[in-house]
Amino acid sequence: MRTLIGLFALLAVFAPVANANAEEVAVTIKDHKFSPDEIHIPANQAITLRVTNADATPEEFESHDFDVEKVIVGGQSAVIRLQPLDVGPYRFFGEYHEDTAQGVLVAE
Amino acid sequence: MLGALVIVFREVVEAGLVVGIVLAATRGIAGRGWWVSLGILCGVLGASVVAAFAGAISNAFAGSGQELLNATVLIIAVVSLTWHNVWMAEHGRELAADMRKVGTEVSEGQKPLAVLAVVVFIAVMREGSEVVLFLYGIVVAGTDAVSLFTGGLLGLAAGAGLSALSYYGLVALPTRYIFSVTGLLITLLAAGMAAQAVRFLQMAGTVTVFQNKLWDTSWLLSDSSILGRALHVLVGYDDKPTALQVIAYAVTLAVILTLIRMARGERQPRTAS
Repeated sequence: MRTLIGLFALLAVFAPVANANAEEVAVTIKDHKFSPDEIHIPANQAITLRVTNADATPEEFESHDFDVEKVIVGGQSAVIRLQPLDVGPYRFFGEYHEDTAQGVLVAE
Repeated sequence: MLGALVIVFREVVEAGLVVGIVLAATRGIAGRGWWVSLGILCGVLGASVVAAFAGAISNAFAGSGQELLNATVLIIAVVSLTWHNVWMAEHGRELAADMRKVGTEVSEGQKPLAVLAVVVFIAVMREGSEVVLFLYGIVVAGTDAVSLFTGGLLGLAAGAGLSALSYYGLVALPTRYIFSVTGLLITLLAAGMAAQAVRFLQMAGTVTVFQNKLWDTSWLLSDSSILGRALHVLVGYDDKPTALQVIAYAVTLAVILTLIRMARGERQPRTAS
C-alpha cells in the first residue's frame, strides 16, 4: 500500500506540466447526448477538452479514434488532453449510453 | 438489455482472462484457490471504492487522477508478474515435479500466490469499477432497470464462462508444457500492461515524449472488437500504439527474459560442455 501511494505521488509530481496553455474546448453531456455533438478544432495543435456531465448518471467518455477513455461521474467535469491531431474526423462516444451519446471531433 | 450485456461481458472477460492465466500458472500449488478468491474479493471491494470515489479520483492531480491511478496499479502489476516469472525460473522445476506427488506441501509456493493475488486484485478492481459505475447509473436512472440488470447478469455469466473456457484450455496442456506456456503468457501480459501504463501516462500529460503513432491497424483488427480487446489484455495488442508504448513493451519483454535467464543461470551453474 505504501509503495502504491509512493508511486502515485511520484507520478503526480510530473502530472500538470504538459499543455498548460493549450486551447480549451467545452462539451456537455445532457440526457446522454453530447452538445455540441460536432466539435471543430484546429489540426496539429494540442488542445484541452473539458467534458461536463450534466446528467445524474456516470458516463465513460471514450474514443478509439483519438484513444481516450475516461469516466465522468454525474454532475462533474473532466479534462482531457489531446495531442495534436491530423486533419480529419474523429468519433467519440459515451460508453454507458452508446446508442445516443455519439459525437465527432473535426480537426481542420 | 443487449447494451448492458455487452458492457459487463467486456469488462468481465478482461479481468477473467487475467484470472484464468493466474489460475493456470499456479496449478498444483496448495492454497491457490484461497489466494485467488481473496484477490477477486478484494478486487470487487476495491472496484466499489474506486467507483464511489470516482469523482474525487478524477479531479485529483489537475484532472489526471484517473489516468495516474491506472498507470500506478498497472506498473505494480507489471512488477508482480515479472517477480513471479523470475521465481518460477528458480523454482518451477521442483514445482512441476511436486505436482505429481499429490498432497505435497509446497510452502515456498505461497510467495508467488500472494504476488499473483495482487495481480488478480488489480485486474478485477480496474475492470470492476467500470461495471459498478455502469450499474450505479442504471439504478440512478431507474428506467428499464430490470431488463438492464438481467443484461448485466447475463454478461457476467457469459464473461465468466469464457474465462473458465480459457482456463480449462490452458490446464488441458500436458503438465510438462504448462509452466512454459503460462510463463510466456505472463511475460506477454506484463509487457502489454507496461505499454498500457505508458499510454495512461501519456493521456495524463505526464509523459510527452515519443507520442507519435507508429502504425494504425484498426482497419485490420480494431481495439473495440471482442477479439481486439481479448488480444489487448492477453498480449497487449493496440491498433494505434505510440512509439513509447512500443518501446515500453519491448523493454519489458527484454528485462523479463534477461532476468529469467539470469535466475536459471544462478540455479544451474553451467556444467562443462
